[in-house]
Amino acid sequence: MADHQNIANTARRDWMGLLARAPDDALMELWGAVGTPPGFDWLRSPEVGGVMVRGRTGGTGAPFNLGEMTVTRCSLVLKDGTVGHGYVQGRSKRKAEAAALIDALMQTDAAEDIRDRVITPLSQQMQEAKTARAAKAAATKVEFFTLVRGED
Amino acid sequence: MSAQTQFSGGFDNAPIDAAHAFRAAMTVMARPGEIRLISGAQPPAPLSVAAGTLLLTLCDPETRVHLAGDLDTGTVRQWLTFHTGAPISEAPEADFAVGSWQELGPLSQYRSGTPEYPDRSTTLIVECDDLQQAGAELTGPGIKDTARLSLPNVPALRANAALYPLGCDFFFTSGDRLAALPRSTQIRVEG
Amino acid sequence: MYVAVKGGEKAIDNAHAWLAEERRGSTDVAELSIAQIREQLSLAVNRVMAEGSLYDPDLAALAIKQARGDLIEAIFLIRAYRTTLPRFGYSNPVETGEMTCDRRISATFKDAPGGQVLGPTFDYTHRLLDFKLAAEGEVPAAPKAQPREETTPHITEFLKGEDIIQDEPACDATPGDLTREPMEFPAGRPLRLQSLTRGDEGFVLGMAYSTQRGYARNHAFVGELRIGKVAVEMDIPELGFAIDIGEVELTECETVNQFKGSKTEPPQFTRGYGLVFGQSERKSIAMALVDRALRWEELGEDNLGAPAQDEEFVLSHADNIQATGFLEHIKLPHYVDFQSELELVRKLRREAEKRITPREAAE
Repeated sequence: MADHQNIANTARRDWMGLLARAPDDALMELWGAVGTPPGFDWLRSPEVGGVMVRGRTGGTGAPFNLGEMTVTRCSLVLKDGTVGHGYVQGRSKRKAEAAALIDALMQTDAAEDIRDRVITPLSQQMQEAKTARAAKAAATKVEFFTLVRGED
Repeated sequence: MSAQTQFSGGFDNAPIDAAHAFRAAMTVMARPGEIRLISGAQPPAPLSVAAGTLLLTLCDPETRVHLAGDLDTGTVRQWLTFHTGAPISEAPEADFAVGSWQELGPLSQYRSGTPEYPDRSTTLIVECDDLQQAGAELTGPGIKDTARLSLPNVPALRANAALYPLGCDFFFTSGDRLAALPRSTQIRVEG
Repeated sequence: MYVAVKGGEKAIDNAHAWLAEERRGSTDVAELSIAQIREQLSLAVNRVMAEGSLYDPDLAALAIKQARGDLIEAIFLIRAYRTTLPRFGYSNPVETGEMTCDRRISATFKDAPGGQVLGPTFDYTHRLLDFKLAAEGEVPAAPKAQPREETTPHITEFLKGEDIIQDEPACDATPGDLTREPMEFPAGRPLRLQSLTRGDEGFVLGMAYSTQRGYARNHAFVGELRIGKVAVEMDIPELGFAIDIGEVELTECETVNQFKGSKTEPPQFTRGYGLVFGQSERKSIAMALVDRALRWEELGEDNLGAPAQDEEFVLSHADNIQATGFLEHIKLPHYVDFQSELELVRKLRREAEKRITPREAAE
């Protein structure tokens, strides 16, 4: 039971994180193509706020406050009682609403469909963008050639 | 009728609802003895509408809240955390404490501020069975001549007023009724 | 004498209208979009985010447009905006070891695992004006190579094995937050780092440079500099677990400093740390140098009386919004203050003349 819950939480953490980091346009385009969103009631209507981002001294030591970032969040409940939470980076209330609806639907029978039409293509797009940057970085990696060794 | 969840019962329109409630809270604190009606929150039992609305208005992730006695239920904790982010604390660390007079316990366990920062004190939200403009006679700032308010324990509240400028401040809630007693109010006659 | 005056509303309205017109400039030239500023002036956007202490590239770009490119004015706008945001909470500390690096270099370890990755740097440019940029044109695509899959470990990790570098043991102490509580001295390292990362780049650079020129010298090498994106994770109470709430670009600099040992510490390498929003390389190196200089007491070094060792001096003057607020307020009307000064100087002057005149008459 506990393991089952952990696996479910891990999956939910992954899709919520993906939705939080997703570029607005990419998410809204995929979500828009899904069709009419289901009816819902707000538990907490979308609000824009700040989260204080922390770092660690020396990368590994004591925490310190680095600065804030903008985050928009909301929570809603579908007609069947499923609760969805949206936490997204930036100030888009539309994006937060889409993220909360997707979070709710991912806990229902619609999960397979939403995964195929939103989560998977979104994840692929974001991975491609990341890989493209990493490939450019790799091209700037220095290859050293030893010319002279001092002690010889 | 929408589906009820453990997260239901927040403000429908947070900025507007909170502004109305804040105005009422400020008014009753500025005019001890006045009673205002506040609503907007539908908190889980046994929290009253007034106490729930006040908590949603005044609390955020930086205010520690102590839930006294019967109020300290999993449902209340979850509701408060979801809507305000306020951390739940023990009485000595609390910025706000909520409960019945009996369950809130002795006032001495709450912070009464320091001479440099008298504001670093606890505000108690006292849930009452009844709240009337009758009983103890009040004088002091914000009261033209005298005012009356049904207070739970006059000797303890008098001792608190004697600590001024230190001391706790109080909201009294009953159903959707709200009144207040700041530390600056003198309690002249027991009702 | 006190004279209350009012007026100037019309003049102020008209000044603002003219400001808006001047901001726009000639209408023969196309207007700048927020996206253009965000994409093409990204290092200015980064500076506004770092010193405005709010990570939101679109807002920073808007502030730059509104401020006509005056970055300190733009930072002021961001600082004002961030005070209106409800604080949802604090993130878990970001894992910079997990960073997807666009750039990662070390001045000390040539063969660092993960390699020397230059990234989009100005370092080896000739600093000759490129007149091709004055004309519009296509930019050739940057070359690509096989991307690195695994994360790039911190270079200091490799020194730790030998125990010749000072350790930074993890702890979970809650750091002070200068946006919530007024700073008190001694502030301690977490508050110093918060203050430096949002401090004025010019000020922090100047302080860092002073340590290199010999004011509290602590010979620093850049052990590692990395730029890239890290995920930001926060505990969500209603879920009962942490999720990523976004991703920020950061520049991290760790200096490795020569250290001959002190009364309390053995000879070893010590460290200075810089971490700044965005691609902000100069700022993060400067931050690391100033951080190291401010650690003299903790490391048992002597106080040489250098400005960069004086925590109160550095932290009290690093914030450009505090500084410019106090500096620029002296141009606003001080008629009453000045009137009294004027009376005083006139009076002193009359008295001085009285003292001088009789002597002259006697001569």
